[in-house]
Order: sequence, then C-alpha cells, then structure tokens
Amino acid sequence: MKTRDLVHVALFAALMAALGLLPPLALPFIPVPITAQTLGVMLAGSILGARKGFLSLLLFHLLVAAGLPLLAGGNGGLGVYVGPTGGFFVGFLPAAFLIGWLTERAWSRLSVPLAFAINVLGGICVLYAVGIPWLAVVAKLPLAKAAWGSLVFVPGDCVKAALAASAAVTLKRAWPLIQPPRSASPAVPPPSST
Amino acid sequence: MSLGLYLHRVSPVHAVPAGAKMLALLAAGTGLLLFPSLPVLSGALVATLGLYALARLRPREVAPVFRLSAFVLVPLFALHALVSGWEPALVAVLRLAVLMLLATLVSLTTRASDMLDALERALRPLARFGLNPARLGLLLSLTLRFIPLLATWLREIQEAQRVRGLDRNPVAVLVPLLVKTLRTADTLADAIDARCFDPEEPS
Repeated sequence: MKTRDLVHVALFAALMAALGLLPPLALPFIPVPITAQTLGVMLAGSILGARKGFLSLLLFHLLVAAGLPLLAGGNGGLGVYVGPTGGFFVGFLPAAFLIGWLTERAWSRLSVPLAFAINVLGGICVLYAVGIPWLAVVAKLPLAKAAWGSLVFVPGDCVKAALAASAAVTLKRAWPLIQPPRSASPAVPPPSST
Repeated sequence: MSLGLYLHRVSPVHAVPAGAKMLALLAAGTGLLLFPSLPVLSGALVATLGLYALARLRPREVAPVFRLSAFVLVPLFALHALVSGWEPALVAVLRLAVLMLLATLVSLTTRASDMLDALERALRPLARFGLNPARLGLLLSLTLRFIPLLATWLREIQEAQRVRGLDRNPVAVLVPLLVKTLRTADTLADAIDARCFDPEEPS
C-alpha cells in the first residue's frame, strides 16, 4: 500500500465521523431520524473501492471500539456492539466492501442508476441482512417483527443511496481514484470516455 | 466540534494511565450490559458523577459536551416509554447515559495522544499477523486530526452553498467536501513521503 492509500483510508474514516456529527435529519412521516453515517459507508465503497473502503471502515470501527463517541448521536464504545443497532454498525464492513467491489467492476460504464443499484444492494440489502438478525437476537424480537421495524429506514436509505450514487459519478469525473481490474496502467487512471 | 475534549486538572482520575481507563470503561460497559437493573444503574450513575467530582470537572465546563447526548436520550426515552412502559425506558436510557458519561469522562481526562499510545501498545501483538504498528499509529493519528478539520470544512461548504442558494442540495455540499478531502490527501501523502515515512518498512 502506498502512503497515498493509507491517507485515503484515514481521511475517509474521519469523513465517517464528520458525517456522524451532522444533526440527524428529521423526515416527515418517519418517526426515526435519519443520520448521514450510512452515506459515508456508501461513499467509502464507491469512491475508494473494496479494499481501501473496507480498511477505512475497519479503522473507524477501531476508533469507536476504543470509546470515542463518533457514531451518530455521540454513541461509541464497546457497548455499541452489544446494543440493538450493533449489527447495522458491523454490517458497515461487508457493505462497503461489496459496494467497492461492484463499483470497481462497473467502473468503465458507471452511471447514476447503476451506482444507485450498487449502493442499494450493498448499503441496504447487505447492511440489513446483518443488522436485522442481530436486532432480533439482541432485542429478543421475532425476526419478522425486527424486519418490519427496520423498514422505516428504507426510504431514508434510498435517498442516501441516490445521493451517494450522484456524488460518486460526479467524483468519477472530477477525481477518479478507482482503477478498473486488469488495467495495466499503475499511475493515475485515464479520464473516462463518456 | 472538536475532539480536543481534554481538560487539564491535577486529579487522581487524570493520573490513571490511559490503558487502565479504557479497560475500566470496557469493564463498566460490559457490566452494565449484563446487569441492566434500576438499582445497579442508579448506583453506577451516582458513582460516575462522583468520578466527575473527583476529576475536578465543573458542571459548567462539561455542559456543552452533553447537549448532543440529550438530543438522543430524550426522544429515546419517549419512544421506549411509549412502546414498553416507563421502567424499561428508564433502564435503557440510564444505561446509555451512564455509558456516555463514562466514555466522555475518559476523553475529558485523557490526552488523545496517550489514548492512541495505549491503543498502539494493545494492538502490538497483531504485528505478527502483518499489522504494522507504525502504520496503524499513522492511520489513527491522521484520522483523529482530521475529524475536527473535516467537520469545519463541512460547515464552511454548507455556508458557502447557502450563499449560492444551494443549501437544500446535498450533492452540492458533498462533492466539494470530497474533492477537498481527496486533494488534501494527495498533499498530505507527499508531505509524509518527503519526511521518509516508509509505509512498507516499520520505522
């Protein structure tokens, strides 16, 4: 890993924390406030790629586990992992990895709808696949009930997936970082042909 | 918002090594999770407030740190009380409050650099699995340094876009923030390389 990659990993972990400092967004009709932190997961995956995105989230996990109150609402510490939303937090890791992996494969023809689909698959499907069973076990809820309860987050997460997709596609033009697999050029990737 | 929460005092709480404090926090978190009853929690709350007094932290200095927590705790209490009655609500909120108070106490009485040193020491055994402690230390200190900076940039960009009437457009805030972050990353990487930090070799 080059120094630049290390710095990317560190700065996106910091970005996750900075997004957690945003006041939670209250949407009409949804009783649970939406936080910007899953947006950070989608951005890390779709901008840094699978490996760096995953490492960046791992670093963020380390800081939270060390007791820094970096999760949305000033939550942090090891208590997070055993709490009801711990699964969603742990799910950040596979979610970012999958988003990154798919984005790398789709890089040359990345468009907003495609990026949106990738973010929904990773940032919603994978995240909930880890989070909902966890919630069911910790809160002693039947699985179906936990799943229904989590559904209130889906509209907000779809908004975030759209935001992340739009930002990622814009950034692909402004500052491309991901190199498509089997690309021979080790240096800066060539500007995309649109 | 900054992570420089540390308030210097001469107190027994400040004198405890960072590693010990983090272990104690871990133990307290696990303990409260295993025994979440009302008497235990109220005892823990009193003990925590006692620790604050022992650390010579005045309520007025600490108050801004807790405004954010109140934002979470009050709606959470209301939600729990509505769904499952006031007693489970009180238990859930008290547990979270005590944990947040304790974690904040650790950050208020421990320098971030001491905390990171303790973390680096704790993770040193992982070196044989290919985790380089020097690189990890660089990552951790970079992240901690950049959290307040990124928060400041975020606010600046939001203000700038509000002037342009774009503050309702999240993409107009996100993209400049990301570009600024990535541009800084390049400069930073050059600066680190210029100082001969070799990422492939432990220094």
